[in-house]
Amino acid sequence: MPSKIYECISKISESIMANKDYLTELDREIGDSDHGINMARGFQAVMEKISPDDSDIGVALKKAGMTLLSKVGGASGPLYGTAYMEAGKIMIGKTELLPEDMKAIFEAAISGIQKRGHAVRGEKTMLDAIIPASEAYSAKISEGSDMISAFEAACSSAREGVEYTKTIIATKGRASYLGERSIGHQDPGATSAALTLEAIRDYMKGK
Amino acid sequence: MKKLINSVDNIVDEMLDGMTAAFPQYVKRLEGFNVLVRAKGPSDKVALVSGGGSGHEPSHGGFVGRGMLDGAVAGEVFTSPTPDQIYEAVKAVNGGKGVLLIIKNYTGDVMNFEMAEDMASDDGITVSHVIVADDVAVENSTWTTGRRGIAGTVFVHKIAGAAAEAGLTLSEVKRVAEKVISNVRSMGMAVNACTVPAAGKPGFELEDDEIEIGIGIHGEPGTHREKISDVNNITDKLIDKILAEGIYSSGDEIALMINGMGGTPLMELFIANKHAHEVLDGKGIKIAKTYVGNYMTSLDMEGFSVTLLKLDDELKKFLNAPADTPAFVQF
Ligand SMILES: Nc1ncnc2c1ncn2[C@@H]1O[C@H](COP(=O)(O)OP(=O)(O)OP(=O)(O)O)[C@@H](O)[C@H]1O
Ligand SMILES: [Mg+2]
Repeated sequence: MPSKIYECISKISESIMANKDYLTELDREIGDSDHGINMARGFQAVMEKISPDDSDIGVALKKAGMTLLSKVGGASGPLYGTAYMEAGKIMIGKTELLPEDMKAIFEAAISGIQKRGHAVRGEKTMLDAIIPASEAYSAKISEGSDMISAFEAACSSAREGVEYTKTIIATKGRASYLGERSIGHQDPGATSAALTLEAIRDYMKGK
Repeated sequence: MKKLINSVDNIVDEMLDGMTAAFPQYVKRLEGFNVLVRAKGPSDKVALVSGGGSGHEPSHGGFVGRGMLDGAVAGEVFTSPTPDQIYEAVKAVNGGKGVLLIIKNYTGDVMNFEMAEDMASDDGITVSHVIVADDVAVENSTWTTGRRGIAGTVFVHKIAGAAAEAGLTLSEVKRVAEKVISNVRSMGMAVNACTVPAAGKPGFELEDDEIEIGIGIHGEPGTHREKISDVNNITDKLIDKILAEGIYSSGDEIALMINGMGGTPLMELFIANKHAHEVLDGKGIKIAKTYVGNYMTSLDMEGFSVTLLKLDDELKKFLNAPADTPAFVQF
């Protein structure tokens, strides 16, 4: 039986692959037409690197992070790479994901992305999906929700965040060169972040 | 899409092998990496490494050689190279006097190069970097990631390269590179967008009578669109925007570069150059040296950019110094 973390990362990878052209098309409008291509190249390599026997969540996440760092390139490579590596660090030695672990993963991923990219919420980046998702998740958990419903809430906040990116000017990344012209377009990185969270949700729900 | 390629996945790999096959006297490829270094190996001087996404040929591999770069890292088409690749380049070219990274100002490039710098510093290699941001099309406000690095980068390679060859220390080479950066400005336009092979269609679409002003070098849209006019008029617009920076005035000496975007006939570049000379002469700006050609391209994009570099005695000396590389030979 493949490990849980292997199955979860496979699910993320499938979703990124399936949306490769969509993500690239979004990047064509406000970037340089490569986000889906970059992410798909990265996840293809991740699937070659991790093994169904990797049961240590931390080890698998760190492997995934290192691979993304060395295969994706662009802005999203260091950002997603760092996010997975930071998440991996706090999960070393664990084979089960508890609700508090997921909260810590969100926070570690966000601080990793911010350490590298110096962006805050509202700059039309992946953070506009991830930060609201993290907040919604934590709020649900502290209300006593179970992990799946908390993650459902995280996913709908991430989608709202993606929609919100259409309304704002990009001030980080390539899209910032467009200034006002970036309004009306959805951020590719926020979209890939929402897809990632939805894939994790689908994995949790056994879909 | 019509392209002379074999497979989209092997473009960078096959191109690099083709370059080493063409210029074995200048460059060799680091086994297993998308990195070109000088054929002769590291020497006893400050080493320069640049790089970025592929698709800008001859940048940057074409400038590896005596008097310019020591190593060039090639990312996927229009995508910054990854830290591990840059780190290998730094290790390979380090001759003990330190390594200067020349980075074009893009979020991805800056992050990946800085991570490589951290990795190499952890190994005890002295590494420093400069960031080129010469594109005046992008307003330099706190609201953006700053200006993009485009064709002006070639002047940084040339002048910092000559400074390193002359035996200057890392901090001195860096100072010279930064002097170039603060005195160089560029602006570009496109008649037609380029097609990223993996994407299969042009980055933007223009009507038959439309041009895009203020484009970068990645097929990204520019600042605005307008109806096409004659090349003198277009050249005026690019130069006016550069002169509005207020750093070039009558009596100054400059170097001029008319850079083709990859799909523009040299004939058209020379016509633009003729007018650029007339305009700058008319303003009393003295052109000490002119470069016309494809230096920093954008795949098959049709269009050009104008770059002005204000010279002082030091910059002039290093600009005029010899260089011997696949794409830049000067004696
Ligand atoms: N500073 C940043 N912080 C967080 N996310 C960012 C930042 N800069 C860019 N991004 C995200 O990265 C996405 C673009 O990733 P992509 O893979 O297309 O890289 P890129 O910007 O094209 O890189 P390159 O400039 O090297 O080609 C954006 O949609 C945005 O969500
Ligand atoms: Mg992109």
